[in-house]
Amino acid sequence: MSQSVTFECVSKSFEHRGRTVPALDDVSLTIDPGDIYAIVGYSGAGKSTLLRTVNALERPTTGSVFVGEKEISSLRGKSLLSARQRIGMVFQQFNLLRSRTVYKNIAYPLRLAGLSESDTIDRVEELLDFVGLSDKALQYPSQLSGGQKQRVGIARALATRPDVLISDEATSALDPETTLEVLDLLKRVNEEYGVTVLMVTHEMDAVREIADKVAVMQSGRVIEEGSASSVFSDPQTGTAKRFVASVLRHRPDPRSLSTIRKVHTGRLVEVRVGDRESNDPFLSRITREHGVDFNIVYGGVSESKDSLFGRLTIELLGAGPDVDATIAALRRATDVEEVAA
Amino acid sequence: MRVTDFNAFLPRLSDAIFETLLMVAVSFLLAGVVGILLGLVLYASRKGNLLESRTVFAVLNFVINIVRPIPFLIVAVSLIPLTRAIMGTSIGPVAAIVPLTVVASMSIARIAESNLVSVDPGAIEAGAAMGASPLRILFTIVVPEALGPLTLGMTYIFVALVDATAVAGVIGGGGLGDLAMRYGYQRFDWLVVAVIVVVLVLLVQFAQALGNWVARKVMH
Repeated sequence: MSQSVTFECVSKSFEHRGRTVPALDDVSLTIDPGDIYAIVGYSGAGKSTLLRTVNALERPTTGSVFVGEKEISSLRGKSLLSARQRIGMVFQQFNLLRSRTVYKNIAYPLRLAGLSESDTIDRVEELLDFVGLSDKALQYPSQLSGGQKQRVGIARALATRPDVLISDEATSALDPETTLEVLDLLKRVNEEYGVTVLMVTHEMDAVREIADKVAVMQSGRVIEEGSASSVFSDPQTGTAKRFVASVLRHRPDPRSLSTIRKVHTGRLVEVRVGDRESNDPFLSRITREHGVDFNIVYGGVSESKDSLFGRLTIELLGAGPDVDATIAALRRATDVEEVAA
Repeated sequence: MRVTDFNAFLPRLSDAIFETLLMVAVSFLLAGVVGILLGLVLYASRKGNLLESRTVFAVLNFVINIVRPIPFLIVAVSLIPLTRAIMGTSIGPVAAIVPLTVVASMSIARIAESNLVSVDPGAIEAGAAMGASPLRILFTIVVPEALGPLTLGMTYIFVALVDATAVAGVIGGGGLGDLAMRYGYQRFDWLVVAVIVVVLVLLVQFAQALGNWVARKVMH
C-alpha cells in the first residue's frame, strides 16, 4: 500500500570542527501517496540529507518526518528496523553487496523480513523478471553494467513490497541511455505497484521524464514547489529557472538573441504555448484581427510526464499602436513577455 | 666444501619439514581465530561502530602496537616464562607455537581491522536502509565483504610465519630454519642450505598460490 511522506518543520545541523553547519532549515513538505515527487537542487542544497531523514539514516535536529501515520523520526531500535523494511532505498552508487550474487542481493531484505526459503525464491524470481534480469541471477555485481546494477538495486529496494521508495541520485552515475531505462523502470514501479516515489536529483531531464511534482531546494530550504508541468512552464525562482533552462531551450539566451536581432529588428515577445483547452488559433487570429504580421524566430515545446509546455519568441511587424493592441490581446490568451530591444 | 651425506640429511630434512609445517599450521590456526576476533573487537569498538568504546579500542590498540614492532626473536625470548607455563617447556617446535601465535595474532588483528574498516560504507548503509541491525550488518555484510582482502592478508601472515619459524629454530624451536643453520651454515655445507632454501621457497610459493586462488574465489 502506498503511503504519504510528510516533513514537518524539519531542521538539521551538523557539528563540524566545533562549528554548527545548518543542512536543513525548516522544511515542510507533503508527498501524496502514489506520487512521483522529485527534489532538485545544486549539490549542498540539503536534498540528500532531507531524503535520508525518511528512513532515519539522518535524524532531524528539530521537526518530524512521517511515513503514513508513523513518525519515523521518533522510532528507535526494533520498531525502526521494521519501519525501514517498509521503505525501499535506491542509491547513486548502487551499494550492492559484492560478495553476493544478484539473487542473494535481492534475497537479503527478504531474509531480514523472515521470509521462508521457498517464498524467497518465488519473490526473487518475480523481481528479476520485473527488472528484466532473470538470466543474471547467479552473476556477481562486478559482472554487471551500471544500468544492470541499478536494476538489481531497484529490485532489492522493492523486494519487501515497500510503501515508499526513496531514490538518492539513482541515475547520476549512468549514461543518458541507461538513465532513461532506469527512469522508465522507476515509472513502472510507481504505476504497477502504486509505490510512492521520492527522488532526489540534479538532472532536470530525469524530473521531466517521470515526476508528478517537484520541490526546488537551496541552502537547506524548499524555495519552490508545485506540479512538474507548472515548474517547467513557469519557474518562479532563479534557481528553478536555471534548472529548467538546463534542459529546455525554449527561450533565446543573449547570444542567440543577438543573432536574431541581426535580421529581426521588430518588437519581440515570448508567448507561452503547450497544453490548451481548445485548438483556437490565437496567434494567427489575433494578429490578423489587428493587421499585424509575425515571424516565429525562436522557441520549442517539450513534454513532461503528462503535459506539453513551451515558449515561442515571435517578431511582431506592424504599426506601433496595432502591435500594442496585439500584445494586449495576446496577454488575454496566454502568458506574454516582451523581449527587451 | 664438504660432501653432503644425504643418507643422514634426508631423514632430518623430512623431520624438519614436518616440524615447520606443524609450527606454522597450528600457530596459523590459533592466531587466525584469536587475531580475527581481536580485529572484530577493534573494528566494532571504533568510533561510531556497534560496540563503540574508547577504552577497549585504546587498550587493544596499545597492546598490539607494543608487540608488533619488537623483533620476533626478542618476543620469543621474553615469552619464555609464558611458554613454559603453557607448554611445560620452552624448547622444541611445540613450544615455539606460543610466541608464533602471539605475534601472528597481533598482525592478523591489524590486518582484519583494516580490511573491515575499508569495506564500502555504501554497502553498510544499504544494510541499514533495509532494516538490518548493527550486529547483523557486521556479520552478514561487513565480514563477508572483507573476506577477499582478508584472505590475501592471511596468506601474507602464513608466509611471515614460515619466516618466523626459521628464527624460532635459532632458540631451539627446530624446523627448517634450525636445520639450515646448524646442519648447513655452521658446517659450511652449502648444498644443505640450498636444498632447505628451495624447500622453503616451494612452500611459500604454494601457500601464496593457494591464498590467491581462495581470494579470487571469495572476491569474484
